[in-house]
Amino acid sequence: MNVKDVTLLEDTFKKFYFEHFDLLHVPDNPNQREFGYQKFNGGMNRHISLKSDKELHLLLMQNKPSDVYCSNARYTFPNLPMAEKDWKNAELIFDIDAKDLRNEYPKDSTLIKCSECDTVSPLADVCPNCQSTKLSFTTLTCDDCIKSTKDEVVKLTKILTEDLGIHEESIKIFFSGNEGFHIYAPNSEYEQVGSKERAEIADYIMFRGCIPETFGFKKFNMNKSSLPKFEDEGWNGRLAKHLYGKKSNRSKISQEIISGGYALFQKRLEDYRESIGIKIDPNVTQDIHRIFRLPGSINSKSGLTKIFVEDLKKFDPYVDACLIDDEEIEVVANCPIKFSLKNKKFGPYNNEQISIPKFAVVYMMCKGIASSV
Amino acid sequence: MVNLGNDEIVKYPFLAEAGKYLSDKGFSLDQFGTDPDLRKIVDSAFERITIASEGRIFKPDLSSDNSSLPLEIFSFLIAVILLKLSGMNTLIRRFSLAEARRAEKFLEKDLINNQDAMKAKLSLQILHELFSVTVQRVDQEFRILVRDYLKHSINFHEREWKLINRKVIDGKVHLTPHETVRLVRKELDRHIYTKINSSSSPEMIPGFENYVDKLKQLAKKFEVRTVESTEYPPCIKHAIEVLEKGENLPHSGRFLLATFLLNKGQTVEQIAPLFKNAPDYNPKVTIYQLNQLSGKSGTTEYKCPSCEKVEGQDLCFRASTCGTIINPLQFGRKRV
Repeated sequence: MNVKDVTLLEDTFKKFYFEHFDLLHVPDNPNQREFGYQKFNGGMNRHISLKSDKELHLLLMQNKPSDVYCSNARYTFPNLPMAEKDWKNAELIFDIDAKDLRNEYPKDSTLIKCSECDTVSPLADVCPNCQSTKLSFTTLTCDDCIKSTKDEVVKLTKILTEDLGIHEESIKIFFSGNEGFHIYAPNSEYEQVGSKERAEIADYIMFRGCIPETFGFKKFNMNKSSLPKFEDEGWNGRLAKHLYGKKSNRSKISQEIISGGYALFQKRLEDYRESIGIKIDPNVTQDIHRIFRLPGSINSKSGLTKIFVEDLKKFDPYVDACLIDDEEIEVVANCPIKFSLKNKKFGPYNNEQISIPKFAVVYMMCKGIASSV
Repeated sequence: MVNLGNDEIVKYPFLAEAGKYLSDKGFSLDQFGTDPDLRKIVDSAFERITIASEGRIFKPDLSSDNSSLPLEIFSFLIAVILLKLSGMNTLIRRFSLAEARRAEKFLEKDLINNQDAMKAKLSLQILHELFSVTVQRVDQEFRILVRDYLKHSINFHEREWKLINRKVIDGKVHLTPHETVRLVRKELDRHIYTKINSSSSPEMIPGFENYVDKLKQLAKKFEVRTVESTEYPPCIKHAIEVLEKGENLPHSGRFLLATFLLNKGQTVEQIAPLFKNAPDYNPKVTIYQLNQLSGKSGTTEYKCPSCEKVEGQDLCFRASTCGTIINPLQFGRKRV
């Protein structure tokens, strides 16, 4: 990113933070948390200890960070190197991101950037300018993507409450600031749980690693198999609903499955992971030393804010998390597809100088498709 | 702590304080070496060890009259003394496991004891106090907090113990009595092993020499010699191939390759050039990451991930040559 763009973004972010200190708070037990930040074009600074909102606000003003992070873990010595921090516990967090949900890029919301000739164009297999296949993909606002991530969040919440016994009211959902959601289960009995155990929880949620016996299939006495019922709780019930569609189909379909044999059912269970498993990022859940984007801070991949979601159904990230002001600014935009922010439509722009609100400028700069005049 | 009667100590002898138990009963260790009437106890203790070393479980004769009770307890306590005197770790390991499996059977029976509420209560108490597992009984089913379940189940490699293969409702895992007890076998084994190992080593007791010599001979049977081939497992071959072609190997694949080679004894400098064809190769970053993994830069030396983990990351290319290995590091290792 060029110096002019960096200055514009830094100044915009700083102004935003100055005007929205009310959104930026250190979490509970701040002196046990590790904080970190990144600067535009810079590396990660972590192992920072902050004790209060004031210290956080000072960091934002002094360092003009592109991104700000805070650990879900609590440590005795958060500012020491990782091996000496003395890990105490960590909130259980799940990450659901649109990129993990799709098998292909959304056609109307994706653009490609050629690594050879820098041409930006709508989604294609090769660069239309030089035919190169070395492409990077950028997704812009996509309502369908947000809808499918929301659906996953709802399914995850159900498993957390019904299966894992986490109180619904304690679950906190945050929009990640780009294409997904972070789901926090703070103050749960799982805070003491280590990384390996969290990996098991992630596998459970993703429907990963299951065996036919779990669903009543008897390998050596197939005729005595009894597959799940519609009204069963947990994964048995969910699988039954997926397999049979309706209650009355159970007998016929379960018979078909049993006569198909053990190996085939095992294979089918692996395939069902794609359709009924919740698509969380397991690495996020099992990493107990990670630093997460701080709620209230701006995500430099988009210029949108990581924000608490009160009503998931009504939440529209392209409106509710787009909090930068609408002062008109001139930029050169190279965005061959349309996108929509704060209920306003933008693009396509063919490498042209335009005057648009700052929130859209920041969005495009963060996506690498606009530059200062 | 759990209060135990004599018949409980027969079932769970590792809960007794050895020295105290013997002196309470009016015996000293020396007597067992010299008193011909006590020889059958030492014989029984020796038998208990040999049976355990064969992977079988010692069956006490609980049907006989009460006089047999101290014999069963004494045979355990004397077996521990013989093991300590022999210093044969392999026998202590085998003995601990066999005793854990033996106690497991009693624990399971006691858990579902509908006639004697005290027995059922005691078994729940043992689970709670020894293994920090709070078990709630609902009819014939046992419920354990997911958190507690995971603490123990992550030690198992069998897929049936994965959380996904369990009935999980409202934060609790539902288990049969057998599964409940099986869950703590490893800890039970470790508990017994630690207890034996941490007990003080006695001086040789006159009359025990012969038994101890025989145990030393017995232990030799279990010495395992292995040979290892230098061939890489398919997952590692695949990772190297991907890198050689200049294609992108995901982070998890790089982690697998690097930890595998580091664990096999290669140095950071030997491994780093493998990554030079990666599309995003940066020599400085590569060396930094390898140093981190090797434990040179931090205090953690990362281990090569298990086959299950590798499979979950779609990096497993299992072939018949893999056999039943559970970690890529075991590939090509054979007993001789």
